[in-house]
Amino acid sequence: MATENNNMAMPKKNPLSLQIDLSKFEKATDDEKKQQDVMSESVTFFKDGMRKLMKNPLAVGSIIVLILVILMMVFAPKFVPYSYEQIITVEGKRDKSAANLAPFEYSKLETKYIEQGGKVFPHIMGTDELCRDYFIRVVYGTRVSFLVGVVAAVMVVIIGVIYGSISGYAGGKVDMVMMRIVDIIYSLPEMLIIILLSVVLRETLQLDTFPILHRLGTNMVSMFIVFGLLYWVGMARLVRGQVLTIKENEYVLAARAIGAKPWRIIRSHVLPNCISVIFIAAALQIPSAIFTESYLSFIGLGVALPMPSLGSLASAARSGMQSYPYKLVFPAVMIVLIVLAFNLLGDGLRDAFDPKLRK
Amino acid sequence: MLKYVLKRIGLAIVSLFIICAITFFAMNAIPGGPFNGEKAKTEAVLEVLNARYNLDKPVPVQFYYYMRNLLHGDMGVSLTTGRDIKTTIFESFGISAKLGIRAVIVALIFGIIFGSIAALMRNKLPDRLIVFFSTLATAMPSFVLGSWLLLIFCLKLKWVPVFSVQEQNIVLPVIALSLYPMAYITRLTKTSMLDVLGQDYIRTARAKGVPALKVIFKHALRNSLIPVITYVGPMTAGILTGSLVIEKIFTIGGLGSKFVDCITKRDYTMIMGTTIFLATLMVIMNLICDILYKIVDPRIKFE
Repeated sequence: MATENNNMAMPKKNPLSLQIDLSKFEKATDDEKKQQDVMSESVTFFKDGMRKLMKNPLAVGSIIVLILVILMMVFAPKFVPYSYEQIITVEGKRDKSAANLAPFEYSKLETKYIEQGGKVFPHIMGTDELCRDYFIRVVYGTRVSFLVGVVAAVMVVIIGVIYGSISGYAGGKVDMVMMRIVDIIYSLPEMLIIILLSVVLRETLQLDTFPILHRLGTNMVSMFIVFGLLYWVGMARLVRGQVLTIKENEYVLAARAIGAKPWRIIRSHVLPNCISVIFIAAALQIPSAIFTESYLSFIGLGVALPMPSLGSLASAARSGMQSYPYKLVFPAVMIVLIVLAFNLLGDGLRDAFDPKLRK
Repeated sequence: MLKYVLKRIGLAIVSLFIICAITFFAMNAIPGGPFNGEKAKTEAVLEVLNARYNLDKPVPVQFYYYMRNLLHGDMGVSLTTGRDIKTTIFESFGISAKLGIRAVIVALIFGIIFGSIAALMRNKLPDRLIVFFSTLATAMPSFVLGSWLLLIFCLKLKWVPVFSVQEQNIVLPVIALSLYPMAYITRLTKTSMLDVLGQDYIRTARAKGVPALKVIFKHALRNSLIPVITYVGPMTAGILTGSLVIEKIFTIGGLGSKFVDCITKRDYTMIMGTTIFLATLMVIMNLICDILYKIVDPRIKFE
């Protein structure tokens, strides 16, 4: 207001001056001023995406399913008094009648024990042919399959993002050479290479020094190695494409002008802008890794016994399929549930966060 | 165009070479040689044997001999049966190919039909059903599906015999093998059909009074099938690897079940031969699809 009065008092300096003649303007009414008010709070990219995600019933459903599965994985071993390799015993005696029980069925020894007043934890999914509680085996199988999926996704993200961002940011000849390598790896049939390397690595790999890896077995480790070698190419292509467009922005130029190092620009200016695309691709990577694991388990290249995985449980259940179909049903339903949940969640994330689909 | 084709062929050759190299060096890394049998052989005998099979040469030279034999179509003999690998592969691949080609045809036909229906009846009941089942099908591993089909139709309903020597029942394996690619093609066709239906030329065709069916078949469907071509390559790979387990489940003696058997029996030369054979097939299919894609769609620029 002060400047307004000031201007009014000032005479025009010359006819060509751009100085505004205030007498030609009128004051804004209250109604017009109201239009300038911010009606809703500003929404960040993340908040907006989350809001969209939460409106998608399929995505919310799959988040709930995944949370339930994770809760089961974490807490079931604490409640169930059996372990995945333990043969059922009653009062310290091996219970030979406990093989192939139906869900919630008790063996002869156990019923006797219950009649005497003892307590036996029910076999929620029955037992397998070696008298082991099937529920806890399915739970551990889920753990292994989940682990495989998540580790594969993390490895793919790390390698793919580093490779892709270097290739995209460097551009020119470096980019060309790096992308030729990606093209070649992309055209290799990964399933065959996985089978081949699993066959070789189970003979040559020495894992005695790493107890966790040893329990999982050489097949799983070789699968991780192959994931690290082959599966990142899709992610690398994706990240490179993103980096190529993002690096043309003015803020990247500005950062470069004030002398920021390339790595810093990639880390704090480029990557945060393609994080959503990376996340979506990673979420969709998990089910494909779980698929691969179950497939390998089926052809006998899965986790080391007695550690179960959903794939090896399902493939072991096939031999007694006619008499005990539920043994196939439980792990199979678990695989379908997890894969479906991740697929739908990935689709939901893409709808909510992919900048190309946003309007 | 020619430049693109040449580039693509060059890439395919490089990847085939890499596959051969990986197979060779991987198999070389396995401890134990072909003559470490139960009977101990004397040094002199071993030396003669090694010299005869060029095993006394340095590894790169061995690789050269291996590649030379491979290019002459010589893959060696199986470690367990002692038969020539090339003849074994070609004999058993016939059965797998019969299965695989049928699966490809079934997947393509039904996938395109379902995809088009879903796109044309968007957000109506058929669309929702198709989307539901195709999502479910992409979440089901093929061996689980195969086992269930076997359980339901062979053991419970007894519609098809479990095993018969005279007539190999091929319906269930084809279903088990084709369901995943079918679901994928359905989704692919649906999205590309929706994309095409929103184009201006469809509106033009409708506006000038072309009958609805003609618009769908001549204008919409033909253009929306272009992305499906790109999937045929990966689909071949998927069906080939999928047939490893499906053949095992339905006891079909094709290349797939042979491959799984030789993995469990640790028959390394056979693993090597089969891997190279299948990989070559996949790379060639990918090559053909990529080139076909560029020929069919004139909008794609040649880099």
